[in-house]
Parts: sequence; C-alpha cells; structure tokens
Amino acid sequence: MNPDFLFFIEVSLAGLGSGALLALTALAYVLIYKATRVVNLAVSEVLMLGGYLFFAFAAGWNFSPWLALPLAIIGGGIVGGIVERGLIRPMLGENPISVFMVTVGLGSILVGLTELMWGADPRTLPAFISTKPLFLGEAYVSRKIAVTFVVAAVAMGIFLALFRFWRGGVALRATATDQAAAYSCGINVPGVFSVAWIVGCATAAGAGVLLGAIGGISTTMGVFGLSALVVVIIGGLDSILGALIGGLALGLIQSWAGTYLGGEYSSVVTFGLLIVAIVIRPFGLFGTHEIERL
Amino acid sequence: MIIGTAKETYRADESLLTTQPQRVWLAIFAASLVALPFVVNDYWLYLTCLVAINVAAATGLNILTGFTGLVSLGHAAFMAVGAYTVAWLETNLGTPFWVNLIAAGLVAAALGILVGLPSLKVKGLYLAIATIAASFILHFCFVHFDGITGGATGINIPPLTIFGAELTTYFSLYWVIMPVTVLMVLGAANLFRTRIGRAFIAIRDRDISAEVLGIPLLRYKLMSFSIASFYAGMAGGLWAYFFRVVTPESFPLLTSIFLLAAIIVGGMGTILGGILGAVFMTLAPELLRYGVEWISPLVPNAGALLSPVRTVVFGALIVGFLIFEPQGLAEIIQRIRRFFRLWPFRT
Repeated sequence: MNPDFLFFIEVSLAGLGSGALLALTALAYVLIYKATRVVNLAVSEVLMLGGYLFFAFAAGWNFSPWLALPLAIIGGGIVGGIVERGLIRPMLGENPISVFMVTVGLGSILVGLTELMWGADPRTLPAFISTKPLFLGEAYVSRKIAVTFVVAAVAMGIFLALFRFWRGGVALRATATDQAAAYSCGINVPGVFSVAWIVGCATAAGAGVLLGAIGGISTTMGVFGLSALVVVIIGGLDSILGALIGGLALGLIQSWAGTYLGGEYSSVVTFGLLIVAIVIRPFGLFGTHEIERL
Repeated sequence: MIIGTAKETYRADESLLTTQPQRVWLAIFAASLVALPFVVNDYWLYLTCLVAINVAAATGLNILTGFTGLVSLGHAAFMAVGAYTVAWLETNLGTPFWVNLIAAGLVAAALGILVGLPSLKVKGLYLAIATIAASFILHFCFVHFDGITGGATGINIPPLTIFGAELTTYFSLYWVIMPVTVLMVLGAANLFRTRIGRAFIAIRDRDISAEVLGIPLLRYKLMSFSIASFYAGMAGGLWAYFFRVVTPESFPLLTSIFLLAAIIVGGMGTILGGILGAVFMTLAPELLRYGVEWISPLVPNAGALLSPVRTVVFGALIVGFLIFEPQGLAEIIQRIRRFFRLWPFRT
C-alpha cells in the first residue's frame, strides 16, 4: 500500500478513537440536557474527577483496575446525584444562563477540591491496557485507542438500546418531549431528572478514566470537555445520534488538522467549526428546532 | 425617615442622584478616593489599582450582559486586544498614553462588532458558547501572529510617560487608573439616561417587543457589543500599563468567567452591582490570604492550600449567590438602605 495513504489511514483511525471518546463525553451533556434543559459545563470537571477517583482507587489503595473502574464510575454518579439534588433542583425554571453559571461555579469547586486532595501536578494512571501495538490490516493502531473505541462504542450501543427498550429510557424521552404530559402519565419527573444526572455524570467519569489511560490525568484535563461541548452544539443538544456522529466527525477533523496543519491548529479548527455551526444551524445538525412562542 | 422623593420634572426623574443623603455619601466617597493613596501602603495601593481595572471591565460586561441581556464569556479576549494594542503602539509608535488607551478601546470595539454578529441569530447560551469560541480563536491569533504580538513570549511595555515623567510606582499609576475608571463608570451610568441605554434595557426585557417599538435590533445589539468591548479594551490597556507585560496567557478564559461572576455576585443590570461585584471578587481572595496566614501555625504547608482554596471559594461564591441571592450584592445594599429608611417600622 502507498505509505502516504497508509499514514492517512492510521491518522484517521487514531481520530476515530478519540472521536469515540468525544462522543461518549458528548453523551453526558446530551443526557443531562435532554432531561433537565441544563447545559452542564461541569461535565468536564466530573470527567477529570473520574480520572482522579480511578487513580485514587487503583494507585492509592492498590485495587485491581477492574474494580477501580466501576468504583470511579459509581463515584461520578454519586457526585451527579448530589449536585442535581442540592444545586440544580432549586434552580430549575430559572434563567438558563443562571443555571449554566451554577455549573461553571461547580466546575471551579470540583477543580479546587481535586487540587486539595491530590495536588496540582499531572499524574499517570497505572497501566491496565497492554501497550502491545495492534494492526488492522497494515495500519498500526495504539491498543489503548482501540480499546477506548470499543468501550465507547459498546457504551453508546447500550445507551441506544436503553432508550429504546427500558422503561426509564422511555420515561426520559417522554420527559424531554413534554414535561407536563409526562407528569400526567404518571412518570416520576423529578426521579427522571435525578437518574439523568447520575447516569450522565457516571458516563463522564467513565470517559475520564479512558482519557486518563491514554494521556494521563491533570486538573486541566477538563478542557477536553469543551471539545465535547462543541460536539453537542454541532450535533444538536438533545440528539444522541448527533453526539455519536458529531463526536466521530470532530475526532477525525481534529486528528487531520493536528497532523497535516500542526498540533496547535486543532483547537482553532474546532472552535471555528463551532462558530460556523452556531451561525448556520444553532439547534445542531440533528437537534430539535425549537420555535419561540410569544 | 424618608418616605419617598417627589419628582416633579422629567429632569428630576432622570437624574442619577435623587436625594440629599446620596449626594453627601457620594461626596464622601469621592473624597476618600482622593485621600486613599496617601494613607494606605503599597500593597493595598496595588490592590486598589487592580480593583479599579476590574471595575472598568466589569462595568463594560454589565452593559452587555446585565443591561442588554447578551451573555458573553469572551470579555477577557477583548481586554487582551486592548492590552496588545497599547503594547504595540507604545513600543512601535510611542504615541501618548491617552491616544493609546482610546485606540485600545476602539480596536477592541471594532472586534466586538465582529464577534457580536452571531448575536443577531442566536441568543442566550448559544451566544455565550460562540463568544467562548471567539476567545479561543483570538488566543490562537495572539500566539501565532508573532510579528505583531510577539508570539508566546508576549510584549514588554515601557512605563507610562506623562510630560516626560515616567510613572513606575503604584502611587503615580493610581492617578491615571482611578480617574479613567471613574470617568468610564460615570459614562456607563449616564448611558442609561439616554435613548440608547433605554433601548438596551428594552432589548433585554423582550427583544421582539423592542423591535416592534422601533428599535433596530441588529444595530443596537452590535452597539452594545462595541461599547462593552470598548470598555474591555480600555481596561485591558490600563492593565497593560499596570503590569507592563502582555502574553497570550495574561487573559485566560478564567478571566472572562471572573468578570461574569463579578457582575452576578454584584447584581446584574445595576451600575452599582458591577462596581461592588468587581471589588468583592478581587478582594475576597486577599481575605483568604489572611485566613491562610492565620492558620499557618496550626496547619503545616498552609501556603500550598491557598490556590486550591481560592478556586473552591471562587466557585462557591458563584453558586451561592445564584442560589441564595440572585439579585446580588446590590440587592443586599438596597435591603440595608430600606431597613434604615423605614426604621422603626418593619420592611
């Protein structure tokens, strides 16, 4: 095979891997937004917290990674539940900007607490994915990225199935469509809010462990969450399909831009895309276009 | 006990100060601003200058977010544009400082119009996210247009010079920074006595109704963006003279969040709120420093705790004010005033 083309394939595969991770993080935004109409910027910090929890369990307490991973995910879920009950529930129905700023403040609190507990220095997670290279045909893929891709794909598949077949998933979709109607059908709407936040934050924490396994953890890794926010804006804030396709597409674009233009261009391309998307289709590629009523 | 002020003319209704006590208090405040640099030490003078710069920037953001209802999380980028403009003019042309400051404001305003363009189509959260994106793109420009901005190392700025005298001490800089800030705040207060200011408020309260009333939305929204960016640019210019070096990392996204937090904590949509919020949010971390010094004999390594505790308190202030006191510090002041005015009766 032509080496240039092979290189292109390898770059694209790496892009798809990080795209899957972006899609998984984007899913956390979508879940929370669908249920409560809150854009939760603190998803980025929950992601970071997930990485640090895994670090604490696996390196601090010497648990097996396969025990530490679920514990980190559960920890993220607990944080989500507490935040929803304590901070978001009293703010429901307020101006969306105020709720958004609450999550910004929450992110700052989480960063500060993490620094208090574990210090500000970057760390590496104990290796739990083997580093043996993997070949798809002739193309080389880092095993970590391949594992990330598979895990993210499985998680997305499970979520899609849950929304289709599980009562709770259907209840969440009903709540997203019309809260009053969902109430009158006997759906426990506040319960749905809680579940969405718990599952959303647990997803983010899981994504944080995967991200930490690839690139190590630091208190500034929440910046990754901003890229995922770009994904949800482009894909549509309330669309799971949008998060999936948007995540993979942005992963590819970032990877291409980073390789062929230079690493520093990937963020400018990302945010340039965001502005174009907002101006052309503010509700996203697959999102619901809300009509403003007077 | 003052029951109310009878306003008999439109002039009286529009005036900034309505009662005698207000005039007295303001006179006392002005006198104390003049006296301040003679009584406090260098450290507090440094803080006062920093507060003044933040007040100017927060007032600008308040015009945009508090009065026009357009949320921006890219305000720090406009400050950076102002700072870079001052730095470039000072090192390359050596024009007088007031020309540089106004140029900083104007360049930032021009850029503000460009960034404000999406505001015609999107509002609320989407606009906030678009402004975040714009600030990241500007950051990229600061790093990579190194012919103008000096790249990642930034630009060093010679000291501010007036009539051949170099102002290097905080004492002398105070006499430039504070008057400029006072003028800017006065300008903002007076803006809302004019048609333009009232149009901004109308757009905030209901943009469609405002359009029906004959306010061209695009023009006024862009005007709001340009005025707010002008304020940010001027504040950034003062910042550049104050710290004498500008790098791409001088104005991170956190500064934008800080300014938005300042007007939330102070009270959106009031001039007083912007001032109080900026003062409070700048000084609160300093109070923490005293707290840490106080506990340092008891806790080992207390100095290392300062930065994370600041981050936590910063977030907690935003969350706490939004949940428990959404109207901000300005509302607390109003409540205290009401209490004394109505005393011995209950409010």
